[in-house]
Parts: sequence; C-alpha cells; structure tokens
Amino acid sequence: MRLSPDEIIFWQYKFLKLNATIVFTWGLMFVLAVGSKLITHKLSTGMKRSRWQNLLEIVVTGIEKQIEEVGLSQPQKYIGFLGTLFLFVAAASFCTIIPGYEPPTGSLSTTAALALCVFVAVPFFGIEEQGVRNYLKSYMEPTFIMLPFNIISEVSRTLALAVRLFGNMMSGAMITGILLTITPLIFPVIMTALGLLTGMVQAYIFSILAAVYIAAATRVRKPKSKPDTKNIEA
Amino acid sequence: MDKMTIIAVASIVAAGITTGFGTMGPALAQGKAVATALTSLAQQPDASATITRTLFVGLAMIESMAIYCFVVSMILIFANPFWNYIIAQSTGK
Repeated sequence: MRLSPDEIIFWQYKFLKLNATIVFTWGLMFVLAVGSKLITHKLSTGMKRSRWQNLLEIVVTGIEKQIEEVGLSQPQKYIGFLGTLFLFVAAASFCTIIPGYEPPTGSLSTTAALALCVFVAVPFFGIEEQGVRNYLKSYMEPTFIMLPFNIISEVSRTLALAVRLFGNMMSGAMITGILLTITPLIFPVIMTALGLLTGMVQAYIFSILAAVYIAAATRVRKPKSKPDTKNIEA
Repeated sequence: MDKMTIIAVASIVAAGITTGFGTMGPALAQGKAVATALTSLAQQPDASATITRTLFVGLAMIESMAIYCFVVSMILIFANPFWNYIIAQSTGK
C-alpha cells in the first residue's frame, strides 16, 4: 500500500532518485508557467479580450480581494508569493482528474517545502515592513515571558501547515485506492469528487493562513500613548 | 505470546482506537462552530462573506486535529518501524 508518490521511482543513480513527486511537480510548474506565458504575451486593455485572459483576470483580482480582506493593505507586494502558493496547491489537486496522476502534495516532502517557504517568508515580510528591531520586539509582545512561547508557536504553525496539507491529500488518494478494491465504479467516483473539493478548500486554507501570519507580522504597532495629564491639571 | 504477536496486536488496536477517539472531539467542535456561524449569519446577513471565510478557516484548523490522528493510524498500519524491525529480525534469523 503506497503512502506517497515518493515511492514510485523512475530512475536512480546512487543516491539521486527521480521519483513521481519530482516529475509531477515539474510537470505542474511547466504547465502553469508556459500556460500563463502563452495567455499573457499579448494582453489587451480594451473591451475585447480573449476568454483565457478574462479567466486569469478573474483569478488574479479574486486573490487580490481576498488578501485585502485578510488585512494586508497593499496586496501587490504579497500577491506574488500568496497567489503562487494558492495556484500551485489548487492545480496540484485539480489535476487528479487526469488518470495516472498523483498529486505531489500527497508527499510530506512537498508540503514541508511549502511550509518552510511560509516560515521564511513571514519574518522576511515582517522585517521588510517594520525593520529588524521592531520585528524582533514583537516576539515579546504581551510580556517578556512570552518569548519562548511565541517562538514555539512559530515552529508549530509551520509543522501544522505541512501536516494538514499532507494529511488531506494523502487521505484522499488512499481512501480512493482502498475503495477501488471494494466497490468498482460508483463509490470511488464520488470519493474522487470529494477529494477534489477538499483539495480546493485546502489550497484556499493554506494561502489564507499564510496571509494571516504575514498580516500578523506586518501590522504596524502604534506606541501606547501616555494620557495627557498636564492639560487636566491646568 | 511472542514478540511479533504483541507488536502486531498493539499496533492494530492502537490504530483503531486512535482514529476512533481522535475523530470524536473534532466532530463535536466543528458542529458547535457551524451552529454558531449559522446563528450569527441569521443575525447579520450582511457580514456573510467574513463569517463564511472565518468559518472555513476555523473548520480547517479543527479538522487538522483529526488529520493528525489519521496520519498516526496510517503510520501504525503501513509504515510501522517496530513491525519492520521485528520482521527484519525474524527473516534475518
């Protein structure tokens, strides 16, 4: 019983392995990059535009609106990172329609890599927005004693992101595989459709959580103003 | 009972109990979350976008608890290091 696409190996040389995860990841990257380049190499700003450009515009403005609603006031700065996260995970889950395809996010390596990207990006955006001193001061936010707990929560958030996405994708693939041995046609089709839905929801959740963490790291903390006692006495 | 039997029985029983008990808590919590979300939607239909989005994020966080239990069960059944070790030992003999 295969736990992840890591175990399908196409080619091996000493310790370097070309497994299904890498092949499907590169396939997805190729399709997304080449597809976007083909659609956007001749953009039109008038009223008449191609259907594919319309589709991409809907996707991009939708993601921008979601990022703004989470609390990041300048979505252009973050949409490169957050939009790519969402589109990669959504495309990885959407392509399960193609027979013979295994989502690369069903392997803990891929989800750990994505979670590590978020783990690096949160301090990066926080320092870019607030400066090193203010960002590091935010770790002692309520009181100085909370410093180890804030650090632990950073690490555990990353771990939770990785395991949540891995568990959802792996369970979808595995349950479909198990059900195929029991009932031939109807039930596995329904379970694949359910897997598609949960894949889309998990892509949304992953990028929204990344946006919320970045928003928490970049919000400007106003200094506490002392009450104005001089004017009252006078 | 020899060592192989003990390891097998312990793994299988633990895997069953993990998934069994591990999905009860998140199910109750998700039911409460959805009930509260429905109440607040009925009170303020204008905020439905925010409420729906927050509901989904909250549901995903609660769901991940059940997912952790599922992953542990899968590891116990399919990628059990103790089972692999004892099998390697007994076939090596």
